[in-house]
Amino acid sequence: MKTYLPSKFLIERDPERCIQCQVCVNQCSFDVHYYDAEDDEVRSREENCVGCHRCALFCPTRAITISRNPMDYRENYNWRPEVIEDIIKQAETGGVLLTGMGNDKGQRIYWDHLVLNASQVTNPSIDPLREPMELTTYLGRKSDRVELEPDSHCLKTELAPQVKLEVPVMFTAMSYGAVSLNVHKSLARAATEMGTLWNTGEGGLHPDLYQYGSNTIVQVASGRFGVHPEYLDAAQVIEIKIGQGAKPGIGGHLPGEKVSTEVSLTRMIPQGTDALSPAPQHDIYSIEDLSQLIYALKEATNYTKPVSVKIAAVHNSAAIASGMVRAGADIIVLDGLRGATGAAPKVIRDNVGIPIEMALASVDSRLRQEGIRNQASIVVSGGIRNSGDVAKAIALGADAIYIGTAALVALGCHVCQQCHTGKCAWGICTTDLALTKRVNPDIGARRLANLLRGWSLELKDILGGMGINALESLRGNRLHLRGIGLTDTELEILGVRMAGS
Amino acid sequence: MRDIGQVNNPYHDDKVIDACSLFGVMDTSGGRFSGEGIIRAIANMHVRGNGLGGGFAIYGLYPKYADFYALHVMYLSREGQREVEAFLKDRFDLAYAEEVPTRLTSGIIQPPAVWRYFLGVGRHKPEEQSEDNYVADRVMEINTRLGDAFVFSSGKDMAVFKGMGYPEEIAAYFCLEQYQGYLWTAHGRFPTNTPGWWGGAHPFGLLDWTVVHNGEISSYGINRRYLEQFGYRCTLQTDTEVVAYAVDLLVRKHGLPIEIAARVLAPPFWNDIERCPPGEQKLLRTLRQVYGSLLLNGPFTVIIAHHGEMIGLTDRVRLRPLTVGVKGDMLYLSSEESAIRLICPDLDRAWIPMGGEPIVGRLGTSPQPQPVTIGEEVTSDAN
Repeated sequence: MKTYLPSKFLIERDPERCIQCQVCVNQCSFDVHYYDAEDDEVRSREENCVGCHRCALFCPTRAITISRNPMDYRENYNWRPEVIEDIIKQAETGGVLLTGMGNDKGQRIYWDHLVLNASQVTNPSIDPLREPMELTTYLGRKSDRVELEPDSHCLKTELAPQVKLEVPVMFTAMSYGAVSLNVHKSLARAATEMGTLWNTGEGGLHPDLYQYGSNTIVQVASGRFGVHPEYLDAAQVIEIKIGQGAKPGIGGHLPGEKVSTEVSLTRMIPQGTDALSPAPQHDIYSIEDLSQLIYALKEATNYTKPVSVKIAAVHNSAAIASGMVRAGADIIVLDGLRGATGAAPKVIRDNVGIPIEMALASVDSRLRQEGIRNQASIVVSGGIRNSGDVAKAIALGADAIYIGTAALVALGCHVCQQCHTGKCAWGICTTDLALTKRVNPDIGARRLANLLRGWSLELKDILGGMGINALESLRGNRLHLRGIGLTDTELEILGVRMAGS
Repeated sequence: MRDIGQVNNPYHDDKVIDACSLFGVMDTSGGRFSGEGIIRAIANMHVRGNGLGGGFAIYGLYPKYADFYALHVMYLSREGQREVEAFLKDRFDLAYAEEVPTRLTSGIIQPPAVWRYFLGVGRHKPEEQSEDNYVADRVMEINTRLGDAFVFSSGKDMAVFKGMGYPEEIAAYFCLEQYQGYLWTAHGRFPTNTPGWWGGAHPFGLLDWTVVHNGEISSYGINRRYLEQFGYRCTLQTDTEVVAYAVDLLVRKHGLPIEIAARVLAPPFWNDIERCPPGEQKLLRTLRQVYGSLLLNGPFTVIIAHHGEMIGLTDRVRLRPLTVGVKGDMLYLSSEESAIRLICPDLDRAWIPMGGEPIVGRLGTSPQPQPVTIGEEVTSDAN
């Protein structure tokens, strides 16, 4: 069938600069560049280009320029180019449109409508270069009060297991199979270096990575891939995955081609078979079922580690979160509308769920109203881009933040949204050995650690400016936020006042 | 429209910010003394205030009615008074009531009526509730639900006198030189907004706990939200109120000794906790993990008092001043050393405590004239 889709990008190759070295041909995993030996010339199939910039950045003579194809449709607010092209794709394939990464639509990004406070005159700001500034965070269930022995004043209260983070930013669940082993190695090493945690995702933990167990969160998801006693014992935290922001209510599907020997070993499924994660966990059809799984995992690990439960942010997140805490979750994870994925139906990714800012604000408020906020830590994810977003999330009430896309961008990802194709030219979201070697775990770990180091310094600057020297004094402190360009209802849900008021 | 001076926080700011002078004096042997000295001392720090608030708390004040809760209530209208008096009559046994004696004083403009009531709880409270909790709940009720009235203090054998004006003017207005107590605290205020509302002056009190405070608590937003989980209603939108409620929660409700409660309000840094011996390390870590939301962050000095104890505390990096003076059984706490020296020139010792280090004066325990210096701490640890 002749395709009616126009090319997304134009590729311009400067003939003065191009030396026909074919680096671009080798770098492109989407079959765009090819070498015509007869003419001794490198040429491009522009229709295949996804805009990942791999060729442009690796061209030794900087001969390649990628730009958007300016082919304009007649202006139409309803029938925008994306809408038209989605219809064309479905007319040509008859299938569900798949995509990777997070929601790229224009729903309001509330972080951009929140501003932070600083000290002036009535209290001094603190210079983090000269004074101590604390980001240390402990995740886990806290008791309502501390009890002491009556006479000796020794500690009587024994807290549930707590996990220490030096930086309140963790690497979110990205499974082995969806991303490569080198990505997992990079994440694990960076988390260890920076005193934070990384998450295995639902694909199990590769034997090479058990050494990083004390900085690892292991996931137990609906497919139960790679879940066995040693896996649970190795971890610092166990996370039950109910849903994810990119595809609330939808399961997962790792195609058989991606299930290599190593993936098969780690996931405990036959090589080359599809790995299907059911939409629900089939032993959790209700809140009391969740409680049973939480306590089964706690029993299995002798109550030595917190159990976390991750849900996608949906309409009744507040009520659901309250139930999760009462069911025994020590950490609750909310993944918002902009949460990313290795593969999801586009219609789900772009239309289901609510913004993380709103979910976080309402969950934190609800748990406080019910007097159970101390019983669980709140972790949020889904589109957190920089330390400013982190500070705002903490002020809204989060204990810590998960980053996924930001971490991948640190490893080279250019957010071209082709994760579902398995052809990632940056070698991140693929198990093709020719591509995965593009991520060197030593360099990857350094890039990730650098990112967290930079954010830590910025967070300390933000805190110091507010005249605060410990992160817990910002946590849930919404007086340090003001809204810009928000309606009264939005401000009310966020629990934030308008700038100037 | 209401007179702006009669309303708390007319601009609906997040919180009322003020800087101040503080003074506290306690005879740890329990001897009662008049307010003449502390009035002179606080007047000596006149320039630290701006005349928009002054106040005093006195302990050992009403020995004749020592078994009754002494409620000092401010009224802005006759209706307010009628409403509150009906409320009190309904819920307490009234032993005695009178208007607090005052004298005409220059500088005191449009004072509200202030009355004191000596109340017994008797059989009014539900069986399972303690008398203190019953009284605290009723005070919250008056302050939040009934209009035109505000409870200044609600403890036994103690009271708070406060209002608009410099502290020495407030002292003159309420004739404080005529009262006697074994523990006095005083406050001169420099608010950055709120033209002044009598209820907004310090000390703040709940039951026999009072707080005078110099500073701005930047963690106010979360301190307040945390306390609200325990049923406290922060009605004044001032950060001082959260100090009072935090102490009430930690000491009265959770039963922590005040020295440990101070470790919640101004905890050591995580790095310092890691260096403590195992038992202490675990205690300090658990306190911070559980009560992290009560850490008072930002510059502050507070003098917290209740029967038998007076505590001085600064924030953990000491961004506001506190000087301690000791003379025999007398313990002095002040924003400025000169104010102590003015009324007690021959101190045994005066020093500036470390940030976050609580200074506790206790009835029956002579104050320690020798503070532990940092050097000594290091050597004793090494042994």
